[in-house]
Amino acid sequence: MKIELIVNGKQQELDSAPGETLLHLLRRIGYKGVKKGCESGDCGACAVLLDDRVVNSCLVLAAKADGHRVTTVEGLAGQDKTGELHPVQEAFLEHGAVQCGYCSPGMIIAAVDLLAHNPNPSDQEIKEGISGNLCRCTGYVKQIEAIRIAAEKMRKSADV
Amino acid sequence: MLYSLSSNRAGNVSLGVGIPPYIASWGGESLAYSEGDPYTQHGRSSVGVNRQQNREREAIIGASIVRPDAADKVRGEAKFVDDLSFAGMLYAKVIRSTVPHARITNLDFSRVCKHAGVVCIVTADDVPGENIVHVIYDDQPALADGIVRYIGEPIALLAAEDRRSAERAARLAIIDYKEIEAVFDPVAALKPGAPVVAVPKVVEQRPNLFNAMHIRKGDIEQGFAEADIIVEETYHTGYQEHAYLETQGAIAVPEENGAMVIYGTMQCPFYVQAAVAKVLDLPLSKVRVVQTTTGGAFGGKEDIPSVTSSLAALLAWKSRRPVKLILSREEDILTSSKRHPSIVHYKSGARSDGTLTAVEVDLVYNAGAYQTLSSAVLWRGVIHATGPYRIPHVKIDGRSVATNTVPCGAFRGFGSPQVIFAHESQLDRLADGLGIDRLEIRRINALKTGDRTATNQRLGKSTGVMETIKEAGKRIRWKDRLKSVNTFNEKSVYHRRGLGISTVMYGVGLGGKAPFLDKAGAYMKLEADGSLTIAVGNVEMGQGFTTVVTQIASEAMQIPMNRIHIAPIDSSRVPDSGPTVASRGTTMSGLAVINAAKKLRKRIAKVAGSLDITEEEISARLNEIAQAFWMRNLDPAVEGWAAGAPVSWNPETGLGDAYFVYSYATHIAEVDVDVTTGEVSVEDFVAIHDSGKIINRQLATGQIEGGIAQGLGFALMEEIKERNGELSVKGLTTYRIPTVRDVPSHAHVDFVEALYLKGPYGAKGLGEVPLMAAHAAISRAVAHAINTTITSYPLSPEQVKRNVALS
Repeated sequence: MKIELIVNGKQQELDSAPGETLLHLLRRIGYKGVKKGCESGDCGACAVLLDDRVVNSCLVLAAKADGHRVTTVEGLAGQDKTGELHPVQEAFLEHGAVQCGYCSPGMIIAAVDLLAHNPNPSDQEIKEGISGNLCRCTGYVKQIEAIRIAAEKMRKSADV
Repeated sequence: MLYSLSSNRAGNVSLGVGIPPYIASWGGESLAYSEGDPYTQHGRSSVGVNRQQNREREAIIGASIVRPDAADKVRGEAKFVDDLSFAGMLYAKVIRSTVPHARITNLDFSRVCKHAGVVCIVTADDVPGENIVHVIYDDQPALADGIVRYIGEPIALLAAEDRRSAERAARLAIIDYKEIEAVFDPVAALKPGAPVVAVPKVVEQRPNLFNAMHIRKGDIEQGFAEADIIVEETYHTGYQEHAYLETQGAIAVPEENGAMVIYGTMQCPFYVQAAVAKVLDLPLSKVRVVQTTTGGAFGGKEDIPSVTSSLAALLAWKSRRPVKLILSREEDILTSSKRHPSIVHYKSGARSDGTLTAVEVDLVYNAGAYQTLSSAVLWRGVIHATGPYRIPHVKIDGRSVATNTVPCGAFRGFGSPQVIFAHESQLDRLADGLGIDRLEIRRINALKTGDRTATNQRLGKSTGVMETIKEAGKRIRWKDRLKSVNTFNEKSVYHRRGLGISTVMYGVGLGGKAPFLDKAGAYMKLEADGSLTIAVGNVEMGQGFTTVVTQIASEAMQIPMNRIHIAPIDSSRVPDSGPTVASRGTTMSGLAVINAAKKLRKRIAKVAGSLDITEEEISARLNEIAQAFWMRNLDPAVEGWAAGAPVSWNPETGLGDAYFVYSYATHIAEVDVDVTTGEVSVEDFVAIHDSGKIINRQLATGQIEGGIAQGLGFALMEEIKERNGELSVKGLTTYRIPTVRDVPSHAHVDFVEALYLKGPYGAKGLGEVPLMAAHAAISRAVAHAINTTITSYPLSPEQVKRNVALS
């Protein structure tokens, strides 16, 4: 079947076989930043924004996304030549929140979603926000810290 | 004098006395200590080199430098194996055994072949070389040849034009079995008349006994006779699954002249090279292995990549096309190696003053159907069974046993967490019986420089175990905290608090079991613009290896980090550098890089001299020097090499120098136990490590925080039950690893740096130690809270409630 998606701001008309998940479709058309960790909605590595809410793309049929906007980790940084990082990406990079990097795209998407809806989260709320994302390397300590720092930075730039 | 407790978490560290001789003097010999006694070398040549230079060096070594691979990872641009494709690439699926022990009577692939998109099928009959996955012993077939020995064992392979066709076609295979009596319990497997699992050539003395190892030191009877108290207990632990976020996978690409290239997620490119060469009957020179960005490993990508790569290579060889094999999460959990389930019996004796007199240990590890790494895992378990304590009389017997279950392998700690659980519990019970404080009994018995270990090894200068105990106690304010815990428990009805301490030692590198693997190469090339290309043979898997090696190279070459590039790990670039396991990456590759730098600097100094460039100006004017190399046709490339310090260990007595150096840690956990629900929450945590010089504090801290989480998972929640060879979990829904809600709210991580002067800038290993210490600190805290002896993992709510009922 034919579906229409706006992926990272780019309108696309795509063929999708019945039963294909959004995860497989996105990876098939080149968005390899969307990671496949479990295909059962447990790990969150495949998280993307569907319109403005975070979803596990392995649990969403591609057909269900027809007509919607999808944001993957590749769509967070500036799309111009400078490619400036999103504050959450920048904080993950600078504050040691990345180790093997396999959970990073999904975790970053979840954090972006959290901060879009709650610009000043408590540590407890940060934990809630990324509780659907598994990480086996970091123990989550530096990820919580990075999200806290990103939130602060985003609030400051919003005030300006 | 060699300790410096670093208190500045942000970065630069005050080294104090005992700065190692990593002195950069262009053209000189004193760059690093690869020869002779470095300590005297330090005294001879390094003292007095200007302090300014010292401060600059410290800005690199010890600093929290941002990892160069993080940018691609946060952008989603890092290329993991499943993100790669090649023209004409096929997709593989493995057809696996559904029974634990059987003869294969018939294979019918007629319907598989008819499925659209299927290109080729491979069975044991097709294997051009030896049908063996080479790890240590050659007992594991790449594809089952007539007999299957565990559920999930590969029987046949298929490759199809697309992933979906491969998956669907695989379900059409018909395999007929004649089942053979199976055995799943390692104790039952050792009994006379038990079903024979193991191939006869790989057992010792009797059927199913894969490995037997012993240590005998002193006189065990005398040791117990000298004891005023003796405690005895049996401990059990189960499987632990690595649950790396990226599942196992490899791509095999046939090249010209019959060569094969493997791209894959892995820890040990040279293992993979050897395995693929064997199965395809190719010379090693025709197998090239490229490690792709690796999404976590934790030991799980030590042996299994040899399997996945061999299977992908067989299909690529037969189809003459690139073949990608990626395991699904279910397939990965059910068929990849795990931590060995254990049954561990301890008898420990101490005098009334708390001094340990004797420890007797019997350990049985369930190895699964094939040897894989079990002999090495058992060895580490045996050597580490007495912990970081001074014990005059020791008797240890370890056995790893074949059963019809999934083969077990390497997992962070490598056979030691099972015995640490036991030795820390034993020590607390001795302390309680004698009325001695639990921290104090560790101080009384902790090994010091000059003491002898269980294998009679005399410990050198880098022995910071006592400092970790003292510092951890200080940070948590042990005595005050014990009081507050007791006060809490007096008042509380439904919640109980507990404080647990665990102290561990870890032999860095492969030691006496495989000294021939403790080596590493490095290749270093000065490019014509003054930048530096480096190739090494150990790998980045998330732990920060690439960053640390870049820091070491930057320090050794006095070149800014952004002028240095570590090439992707490729087996054709450097000699066999051993596996990236055993917390050896920084030490071994670091030394190889320093060795290469030393040679290159000599050449650079010479050319600089001819250009009238002074020593101080070299770093700033390196591009001019590099151009001179180019113009004058001078060789700008060098090779570096490092070999582990020799060990002398006698496998017969179990005595000798087991490892060239040890790392240490003490962890303290405070837990809250809800006695109604059995839930445990870790309220506070202190982790103090001695891994020698810390090259990058942010990375080291992150590795420890991750290890604490994995240790917490092992102690409290991660569980796989096995019934008739079948595992109870099939994915991350049922195999629960810690989420952000489960980890400690506070973790204080710090270091005492007992410098290892033969390591790169004083560093020794770190990677595995945090997990090893963390689980025991947590389980000891739970035992303290509910005032009971805990004898098995995991401490799930159900088990905690059972223990509460018993206490």
